[in-house]
Amino acid sequence: MKCSLKWLGKYVDINTEPHELARLITLAGTEVSRVDVIGGWDNVDVGQIIDINPHPNADRLRLATVTLGRETMTVVCGAPNLTVGDKIAFARVGAHLIDGHSGEKTVLKANKIRGVLSEGMICSEMELGLSQNHDGILVLPPDAPLGGALSDYMGDVIFDLEVTPNRPDMLSVLGIAHEVAALTGTVVREPSLDYVSEGSPVRNSVAVEIKDSDLCPRYCAGLVTGVKIAQSPRWLKEALNAAGMRSINNVVDITNFVMLEYGQPLHAFDYERLTEGKIVVCRAQEGEEFTTLDGVERKLNSSMLVIADAARTVAVAGVMGGMFSEVTEATTAVLIESASFKASSVHTTQVSLKLPSEASARFERGIRADLTILALRRAVQLMLEICGGVAAEGLIDEYPGRKEVVAVNISCVEAKRILGLDIAAEQIEKTLLAIGCHVNRLTPEDFDVVPPYWRSDLRIDADLIEEIVRIMGYEAIPYRLLSGEMPQQNPDSRLELRLKVRQTLAGLGFQELITYALTSGRVLEKGLNSSLAIEPLRVVHPMSSDEECLRTSLRGNVLSALSANVHREEGLICLFEVGRVYLPKQNDLPDEPEMLCGVLTSNGAEKIWLGRREPVDFFDTKGVVESLFKELGVRAEYEVGNDGGLRQGQQASIMLDNKAIGVFGTLHSDITQEFDLPLNTYLFEISLEELLPYARGKASYERLPRFPAVIRDLALVLDTSVHHQQVLDIIQSSSLVTSVVLFDVYAGKQIAEGKKSLAYRLSFRSHDHTLTDAEVDKVVEAIMRKLQNSLGVTLR
Amino acid sequence: MDIKQQIIELRTQALEELSRADTLAELEEWRVRYLGKKSRLTEILRGLATLSIEERKEAGAVSNSFKQEIEEAYRQKEKLRRIDTLGSSSSKETIDISLPGRPFARGHLHPVAQALNEIVAIFTAMGFQVLEGPEVEWDYYNFDMLNMPKEHPARAATDTFWLDAPPNEKGWQMLLRTHTSPMQVRTMEKSKPPIRIVVPGIVHRYEATDATHLSMFSQIEGLAVDEGICMADLKGTLHEFARRFFGPDRRVRFRCDFFPYVEPGAEMAVECAVCHGGGCRLCGGAGWIEVLGSGMVHPRVLEGVGIDPKKYSGFAFGMGIERIPLLKYGIEDIRLFYGNDLRFLRQFR
Repeated sequence: MKCSLKWLGKYVDINTEPHELARLITLAGTEVSRVDVIGGWDNVDVGQIIDINPHPNADRLRLATVTLGRETMTVVCGAPNLTVGDKIAFARVGAHLIDGHSGEKTVLKANKIRGVLSEGMICSEMELGLSQNHDGILVLPPDAPLGGALSDYMGDVIFDLEVTPNRPDMLSVLGIAHEVAALTGTVVREPSLDYVSEGSPVRNSVAVEIKDSDLCPRYCAGLVTGVKIAQSPRWLKEALNAAGMRSINNVVDITNFVMLEYGQPLHAFDYERLTEGKIVVCRAQEGEEFTTLDGVERKLNSSMLVIADAARTVAVAGVMGGMFSEVTEATTAVLIESASFKASSVHTTQVSLKLPSEASARFERGIRADLTILALRRAVQLMLEICGGVAAEGLIDEYPGRKEVVAVNISCVEAKRILGLDIAAEQIEKTLLAIGCHVNRLTPEDFDVVPPYWRSDLRIDADLIEEIVRIMGYEAIPYRLLSGEMPQQNPDSRLELRLKVRQTLAGLGFQELITYALTSGRVLEKGLNSSLAIEPLRVVHPMSSDEECLRTSLRGNVLSALSANVHREEGLICLFEVGRVYLPKQNDLPDEPEMLCGVLTSNGAEKIWLGRREPVDFFDTKGVVESLFKELGVRAEYEVGNDGGLRQGQQASIMLDNKAIGVFGTLHSDITQEFDLPLNTYLFEISLEELLPYARGKASYERLPRFPAVIRDLALVLDTSVHHQQVLDIIQSSSLVTSVVLFDVYAGKQIAEGKKSLAYRLSFRSHDHTLTDAEVDKVVEAIMRKLQNSLGVTLR
Repeated sequence: MDIKQQIIELRTQALEELSRADTLAELEEWRVRYLGKKSRLTEILRGLATLSIEERKEAGAVSNSFKQEIEEAYRQKEKLRRIDTLGSSSSKETIDISLPGRPFARGHLHPVAQALNEIVAIFTAMGFQVLEGPEVEWDYYNFDMLNMPKEHPARAATDTFWLDAPPNEKGWQMLLRTHTSPMQVRTMEKSKPPIRIVVPGIVHRYEATDATHLSMFSQIEGLAVDEGICMADLKGTLHEFARRFFGPDRRVRFRCDFFPYVEPGAEMAVECAVCHGGGCRLCGGAGWIEVLGSGMVHPRVLEGVGIDPKKYSGFAFGMGIERIPLLKYGIEDIRLFYGNDLRFLRQFR
């Protein structure tokens, strides 16, 4: 809402500097996002042209003699619209103006133009910074005070207010005036609503029937006949212009002016076009077609409220009038509608017709039905004043939705309980009176309060408490720390696990990503290398096809991010995301299990002076998974995997209690191709939800060994089909073995075809004595026997 | 001399010679002598054939450990020599310490996650329990129970992603939560006061993405409900947060603001770090930077979950996370957070 302080000043004395006033209004709940100062001219006064003579040396220039009241000056002027008797804006030497040609700021100097000294200038709108118009001089209205400073006459300050949904009153100049009065301790002068009606009773000419009173609690109407449609007077145009509205004609401008003044939208019908002078308020017929004021034909439905006459629909209630009954130059009688429509109905209609308007913005916020009759009286009064004509006697006021005024009870005790601030009863009373409430003091500490007619948001005591404290200022409330009982803290183990996983991966060199939960089915499929087994949840109106559904897997997003980065830089890139996937359920909210997805790749050789770094491979990936599990205290097993997104034979399932909780391996070449990634790209994916029960963050202590270890190396020869894990299981199950490290894997020369050699370093230790070689030999022999018997292993 | 003894002597000799081998050439010579195919050890082990099985095993073990030991010693020496030789600028004893070190990679948490962790830690220290809630919600929790019934203008004004799913048997519609506030309701439905929680999480708004807007962003919600909680507690708690997070020298301002689920409502702003309230480009000339919305829990919200608003009261707040690092680092485009460009992400350590 744009609000002119000049307009505002008609209803309330403004004794506060504009920026300070803006600050007060902002602190009290309505942000003033801009303060535009219009004018601020120095050395520019109102003058009057009293004589015009030709320039002795130039055909196009003239000499204008201007009086400023007590002094007279002659200046050179080239404007085409110089007229003797016109009031103009006269700039003296030293005035700060805008150059009419360059548009830059300049300071006016005395200047000789074609041999004649010019000590001042008659200004164009552009030179005054009012517009881009430099075609001629600005002609001021005849009432401009001769010799007075132009700033006093034409200057203004425009506030731009960000009005919250609860305050439709702040969408009106009078409402803002009430706010300013409450904040600055002044009073509001409301406009007089008197006028003389000389016509026949309105009921002779107009009948209003409200059929759907659930959507229209009140409908008021007035009739003015014999009006003359014309341009609006200057003050009216200026007022609308300051509020950012266009002038149409005097009747329409008056309805808009009153809407801006009271916050009550009005509509003017050409009375002659209303069949039988009848107004029917009812729901539209399903599929009905209707041409709105803007000339667009629109399809209505039966949830929309319309205004009809005896024959046809003439307006969409609260949203826009119709072409047919529009006020035109030929209009002589005007029916003014001032009605109350249900907020949600206006909103829904406005949204489905895509027709937001100044009117709907006010109705949507829920304005008081009390405004209708006041605004109507004001409009009739202004019409008589500006458009001439005769007002019909009386006004139509159908009010089926009338409600009893309910007082809101408020006590000092309650105010203190909510605010933590002792406020004297007198202070509460004073503040509530200042915002326009009727206050009835029941007991010394207890009031019944009736909110003023312009406020629709004061319904319960909490609303009044906010009023009290916002007018006093929030700084009045002290700072205090919570002093009550501290609730029991039950740390969520999911959060702890997630943080530990993320910190561990970061420590291992992985950068965390956060990607959008909304993605496309295409990216999901590309990431999984298959069509979707789970149909994702879709949004009803996607912003774009890239954000059409909720992800069921992190892979596509993480791989997309990897791809983008691989093309930007060389070397090793390790990324991960921990995030939710959304798995739809029948008739319920989806499951939102948390997943971990990590990727690693090396793009080209990373060259450093100490030598080239090996590209990452499968075992780097497994190393990351193992390090993570070690950090989490999880013992996982690995089985040959069968994930469509990973290369066959180069992938493993991560098993906990014989349940697969994740996978890792080499990315399938279909995927590396789709995402344009290097072939050696690896991925791991783990369900944190399923990992959770196994993750024991707690460390346990073991005493340090007191006796030395004995080390033995074994070089084994075995079939290539035998897995390391099988060998390991046998060795580890033997007594005294404390650690087994595989330090070489070899196949080739010196080893028979179909065989491979694995070399292990074994450590043996006893907790109660130093082992002798003989003891260890016995164990090694036993191990070898077992290996030989079950796996056909021999010593190399 | 038995083989074991020979190996022990060989060890002493080898280590001593290794210590004297200074150049790479000398080292290579040493390696051939002691670790090559025709090494002294190989020679000695040839004698094994003449021994009993028992003796062979014993000698094998000794030779194994000998081999490991000198191999390791060689590796160490070789590494040092290599650095000496390649890295030396003048004398062979001096390292060019200006050469870059061998890089160790370290990843980092996402900058938004870092900010969130920091914020959560402050509230945890003030006794707030961290909870999370579903990102796909019912309109019932996202709107109805937060004093935004179907026809409420504020609900209509909220840009919501509705999901293509049938309503449930109660007629609730599925949506992407537009704020973390539904967890206020879910928590109060389940637990009785005293309640003190913070809820971090992802939220969505149906809004075109640009330099200052995201359709997905992070929020943190706070809620404290008990007997006797008042607006002074709200101010004190949030002021304490601001002091710890932004530093003690930044002033804090509370002004009236509107949110349907609180009354009175309040917005907290902190003084702009650049201009200290004077107005500059960073704060858009306002001098203050809005940090969060808050207020006293609306009596209707309390009634809705069966908490008596005449007995209990509480405050709630909600804060967008991305704005915080945005302002802290002067980042000009909020989309960078979820663009996942490593050149951007790596800057936040």
